[in-house]
Amino acid sequence: MNVATRPAERAPALAATRLRLPVGVLLPVIGPLAFLALWQAVCSAHVVREVLLPTPFATLAYMVDALVHGTMASDAFVTVTRTLLAFAFGAIVGVPLGVALGSNARVYRSVEFLIDFFRSTPASALIPLFILFFGISDANKIAIAGFSVLLIVTFNSAYGVMNARKTRILAAKVMGASSVQVFRDVLLYESLPQTFVGLRNGISTALVIVVVAEMFIGSDQGLGHRIIEGEQVLQVTDMYASIIVAGIIGYLLNVVFMLIDTRLIHWSGK
Amino acid sequence: MIAGLEPTVALEEPFIRVRGLDKSFGGRTVFAGFDLDLPRGKLTTIFGPNGCGKSTLINMLSGLLRFDAGDVEIGGRDVRSARIGYVFQNYRESLFPWMRARENVEYPLRVRGVPRAKRRERIDELLASFEITLDLSRHTYELSGGQQQLVAILRALVADPEVLFLDEPFSALDYEMTLYVRDKLQTVFLETGLTTVLVSHDLEEAVYLADRILLLSKPPTRVVELIAYDTLRPRTTEIMADARFVATKQHALDLFRAEMQR
Repeated sequence: MNVATRPAERAPALAATRLRLPVGVLLPVIGPLAFLALWQAVCSAHVVREVLLPTPFATLAYMVDALVHGTMASDAFVTVTRTLLAFAFGAIVGVPLGVALGSNARVYRSVEFLIDFFRSTPASALIPLFILFFGISDANKIAIAGFSVLLIVTFNSAYGVMNARKTRILAAKVMGASSVQVFRDVLLYESLPQTFVGLRNGISTALVIVVVAEMFIGSDQGLGHRIIEGEQVLQVTDMYASIIVAGIIGYLLNVVFMLIDTRLIHWSGK
Repeated sequence: MIAGLEPTVALEEPFIRVRGLDKSFGGRTVFAGFDLDLPRGKLTTIFGPNGCGKSTLINMLSGLLRFDAGDVEIGGRDVRSARIGYVFQNYRESLFPWMRARENVEYPLRVRGVPRAKRRERIDELLASFEITLDLSRHTYELSGGQQQLVAILRALVADPEVLFLDEPFSALDYEMTLYVRDKLQTVFLETGLTTVLVSHDLEEAVYLADRILLLSKPPTRVVELIAYDTLRPRTTEIMADARFVATKQHALDLFRAEMQR
């Protein structure tokens, strides 16, 4: 009797866990699906003319086709390359510069206003200035995005060093570490979490500025160029597909940086 | 005066010698012409009212904090050339979380250029002599609070210091861990006979651990008394019921109360 009732008692509990699992897995998909459904609903209800808003299926199908057979992949490649070059410039110059400035608080205070000012200035406002100096070349798009990355990275690295825990520095000193050793073994590591905040913001900003620059600084390649051209010649499906590709690139860059961040700076927040 | 309790004047040759120490913070004088002698091979605990500069004092004794005037000598030499072990109150902020526990303990040796094999040898020796079992391959933040403070103590001991300073080393630990780490600290002291100076905010603990209790006044800080408590080690919590422990603690408490009312 006792034995016989057991499976029956267990069954509802099991069913409940079985039901709960797939719901949990599906949760992150609900938002995007709802978005696509809403998009489709707007198209089906003819609220917006089809020439302005193609259906999600048509857009996604076009995107895949343009990536595989068309020139979308090469445009995306150009945009990513420019973004990475700008980022590399900003990071390679900005991290050492920020760490150097941050380790000398007096020097940092003297340039703090400049960095804060240019960091707060919309980079897009400087595009004409950069056109004057660099012309409408490829280098220009990289230069202006690189400049923005440089400011963000420098600022964050400097703050990372300046906000290093005093106790750790004292601990290293009392253990007999020289100032070079304190810098290499403590300050540099202490600044890493904040430096990474700078690098993550930097890569996002680089993509934003590169896409804007591709729209407004004469270019014949890149997603920014493709988006603005799609709008002007009313190839809206191409425009929407390019926007989605740009979004995917931004998202992936962010994910990659988050993964590197949690791997490399395993101690952060602990 | 309570029978069997001699107020102490250290007869031993002083190992830590402080003369004419001045220190003020933004116009507020904490130490003015402060003198102190502490003996070699004893465990001294520092106790006193809030803001009397207990931590400030050991920070100056250990060379971490500059003073305005005066001399601090350790073993007859300037403090800056002495080998110091220092355990901070907050292990979370003093250990290096990017290193594994072993690398943390090794650090004072690495800084001195001791080769890897020698470093390993020294650490194994330390662990064995204090009967400490710790997984040193872990990152520090994966260890419990008590284990982290043990790592900090091992790190302070690894380079064979002349003096070990501890700034309220148990105040960030829960009670169970406090008892454990306190016990290990006693083992360390028994094994090494290392001159040790420990700041405490708990009078019972200050007496329990000490050979000498340094009772400080309100600022401007002076030595109220350097009280001797020479009960044999290893001590267990049972000694807290012992007449001599109770008398010493009461004596310190009376002095402390009188000081608070001044």
